[in-house]
Amino acid sequence: MAAIAHPAPVAKTRKSTRLRHPLRRGSFGLLVVVIAVWSLFPFAWQVITSFEPDRDLSRFAPTWLPIPGGTLQHYRNVFVAKDFAPYIVNSVIVDVSATAIALVFAALAAYSVARLPLPGKGVVLALVLAVSMFPQISIVTPLYQILISLHLIDTYPGLSGVYIGLALPLMVYILWGHFRAIPKEIDEAARIDGAGPLRALWRVIIPVALPGVVPAALLGFIASWNELLLALSIMTSPPRQTIPVGIANFTGLYSIPWGDIAAASVVVTVPLVVLVLIFQKRIVEGVTAGAVKG
Amino acid sequence: MSSTSVASKTSPAGPPGHAERRHPKPRRPGTPWRQLLAPVLLVVPMLAALLAVSLYPVLRTIWMAFRNTSLETQGDRFTGLANVRHLASDAMFWKAWRQTCEFTAVTTIVETLLGLVIALALFKTFRGRGLVRAAVLVPWAIPTVVTARMFSWLFDQGGLVNYLLVRLHLVAQPVNFLGSTTLALPTLMVADIWKTTPFMALLLLAGLQTIPPDLAEAARIDGASAWGYFRRIRLPLLMPTLLVASLLRALDAFRVFDLPYVVTGGGPASSTQTMSTYAYNTLFSGLELGYGSTIATAMFVTELIIAGVFGLFIVRRLRQEA
Repeated sequence: MAAIAHPAPVAKTRKSTRLRHPLRRGSFGLLVVVIAVWSLFPFAWQVITSFEPDRDLSRFAPTWLPIPGGTLQHYRNVFVAKDFAPYIVNSVIVDVSATAIALVFAALAAYSVARLPLPGKGVVLALVLAVSMFPQISIVTPLYQILISLHLIDTYPGLSGVYIGLALPLMVYILWGHFRAIPKEIDEAARIDGAGPLRALWRVIIPVALPGVVPAALLGFIASWNELLLALSIMTSPPRQTIPVGIANFTGLYSIPWGDIAAASVVVTVPLVVLVLIFQKRIVEGVTAGAVKG
Repeated sequence: MSSTSVASKTSPAGPPGHAERRHPKPRRPGTPWRQLLAPVLLVVPMLAALLAVSLYPVLRTIWMAFRNTSLETQGDRFTGLANVRHLASDAMFWKAWRQTCEFTAVTTIVETLLGLVIALALFKTFRGRGLVRAAVLVPWAIPTVVTARMFSWLFDQGGLVNYLLVRLHLVAQPVNFLGSTTLALPTLMVADIWKTTPFMALLLLAGLQTIPPDLAEAARIDGASAWGYFRRIRLPLLMPTLLVASLLRALDAFRVFDLPYVVTGGGPASSTQTMSTYAYNTLFSGLELGYGSTIATAMFVTELIIAGVFGLFIVRRLRQEA
């Protein structure tokens, strides 16, 4: 692998000719295929597993493709016998509300830091960065106690409020990176037209910085959608629990129900994978703006 | 619409940081407070949320680290360094600490190297590059809990990995990866490496894209070999990105919770117990809020040390460049 990654010296060749040698080309092609298979195979296997009947799963020799002989039994189990739908509903309510509110807070703050004469910008950004490094476990007990005293434990607003705080740092960084790249003349023009800061943000900055707003929202949403530790601690009763808790606690009576687990995994992952693939380019730009340029 | 025409004119081709950086000039000393009112008010909601959800809780955890608060014994008073002394002699804590450090070191190093290989490969232009870039994002989009379940199944005694190992005659009997005190932690590392290498590759790819292409041309005209070009130009220029990216990875790996919680529950024989799972068990099963906070604080301190060491490297690097 190393030899492929750092091609051996080829003196005085132009880049286009470097890959022309058949052997070199072949090994580069192989590397690319290995990367793609390594990335896709484990989840593909989960998808295959979700369509295989239990008797095939319990055999040591795997069935590579459940065609024919595939079954929807596992999906039926997930929604009928295991009643998985409430987890999805809970997750959607908590994560969508948290993402929407966090996005508003983050946009206001990033706008102020990037484009307005805010005193102590450096301190604000350093604070945001520091907060994003706190381990969840070091905030969970006080959050639990606060939510109990506010009667918000085991409620949607309780967990959603916590997720707002978790999503904010990354969102602020991504939006800040995009907002400050916009030429100054643009909001000056808005100001001359008599627009206040809020109006300039909503009418001018947000539309221009849309390529940054999309990944900020998506990354915030993914962070909440995937969060386990806090959801486990704050949603104390099963009817309120979110998807990660549901999947973590998925157990069978006698043996591990691999097929049912696979079906549940596919149901909660496919929407995410589709979203990520649709917004692929913007996510890459957004992540790198937030993390590398900071 | 005027806004869309503006958007198309300014939408950056690469990461937006490429565009000129603008730092607003410091205002004249006589800035009326009215002008500061709007900027300050706009950051208030964010600061309030961070204060309530992160800053205050962390400070309170540190405060509780020195108390004997327990829902079991109903104790709740200041006990000075008693918890810290207990921590120092707590064999389980040190086991979890060691295992977490091991996990962090191995996964961060492997993910950085693999991420670099993938980034270098995806930097080249080839047919289907867009598809491969998309494929690489898939593991990153999958919830860690799902990753945990996937790898439990792959590495199960009746799972695919064992089938392949037996078929290739690498082992005689299926290996009980997750039931073995020596193999369980490495299996979790594999799952983590699979899930987070893409993130690493993306960050490094962005770093590669900031290297001016003229440098490659100049190096080639000078007759530099591909390896020489990598060694002397790409790697040094990529170093700051490499350091920042591995810092982010290391901090994240150190908090690892989902994988051991779901796959092994910390077992077998605590061989996959991490700082987060040990603190969680102490807090929520043992109901020892004081001592659990001490563990969480120890973890927080270790994270600060990791960040500090990386910070030192990064600062030194930047000084060298200046």
